Amino acid sequence: MRRLLWLLALLVVIPLPAHAHLMNTGLGPFYDGLAHPFVSPEDLLPVIALACLAGLRGPRFGRAVLFALPAAWLASAVAGPMLPLPFATAFMTIALGAMVAADKPLPLWLVVGGAVVLGLLHGSGNGVELARQKSVFLGAGGIAVALFVVVSMLAGQVTSVRAAWARIVVRVAGSWIAAMGLFMLGWSVKR
Amino acid sequence: MKKHLFLVCLLLFPATVFAHTRGGEALGFVSGLHHPVSGWDHVLAMVAVGLWGAQLGPPAVWLLPVTFPMVMAFGGMLGLMGVQLPGIEACIALSAIALGLMVLREAKPNLWAAAFLVGFFAIFHGHAHGTELPPGANGLLYSIGFVVATGTLHAVGISIGTIHRWPKGRVALRVAGAVVMAGGGFFLWRALA
Repeated sequence: MRRLLWLLALLVVIPLPAHAHLMNTGLGPFYDGLAHPFVSPEDLLPVIALACLAGLRGPRFGRAVLFALPAAWLASAVAGPMLPLPFATAFMTIALGAMVAADKPLPLWLVVGGAVVLGLLHGSGNGVELARQKSVFLGAGGIAVALFVVVSMLAGQVTSVRAAWARIVVRVAGSWIAAMGLFMLGWSVKR
Repeated sequence: MKKHLFLVCLLLFPATVFAHTRGGEALGFVSGLHHPVSGWDHVLAMVAVGLWGAQLGPPAVWLLPVTFPMVMAFGGMLGLMGVQLPGIEACIALSAIALGLMVLREAKPNLWAAAFLVGFFAIFHGHAHGTELPPGANGLLYSIGFVVATGTLHAVGISIGTIHRWPKGRVALRVAGAVVMAGGGFFLWRALA
């Protein structure tokens, strides 16, 4: 068991070439960044899962994630490119999706910690491309604004869910995201 | 007249094309969405999961459709990693037979046993279909389409299964289970022939 855990930990930190291309809207780097999460499912999926998770856990979690995720993402993108870790992003997607599907009580620090780790990992991936385009601040700012909007809308909506069936719909969506994360892991290995 | 001729020439003047498309995004998602419904063996098993869930009632009605895509994706991941599984086509056909039998008998096993049965067969469905990426398509978007289509097939099964509340509906569901079983038998015969 311990060997398996070591193997998993090793898999998480193996760096691979970055494939986080920013799209070109033709409207400038800020809008390129703003559009980026919506055309990058590998970035958007874990964010949706995190927003749903925060929403399921309540307004306090939603408010904390609303600021923690964009701040970590922005800081990581601006701080400069680190080694991109696609296995780690796949694991994050699986873990966040599974937590939404399980809908179990979680401490605030764990959810906020997840938001910070997600922001640092994906922000660094975007930082690689932003540095290449020499538009780090505007591009990263656009991404952070887009994330703020996504989290506020989704977490707010999920927080207000009262009906049992609607909560189940959110949990099913979480399981789908975890499934997509498993495929993401498979594609990362096959790449 | 010269002005008009100039305008026509301007219209015919060839310019460099800048209409770059990103590689295979639409193709990937649509292919993934289409793939599960392109094979009847897969469709029968997916719908049967929903039918059985509807017969079992809560929490199985949503637990089974949650289990299937997750374990199916695990099977797909194994396929992408190059892990080989024996008798995939036969196991997919067997899944339709087993799930059809459960619906036919209106079986009500322990929740975990039901989830295990559904999860076991899901591995083979994921392994067989999850890795068949069309050339040039985006792998992740293909997977997203694949998972969404599978979940939608479960939802179709659950929707049909709502007739379970009426006595005649119960009988109709059991007949549907028999049809799924028969379909599974046909696909098993084809897989082994």
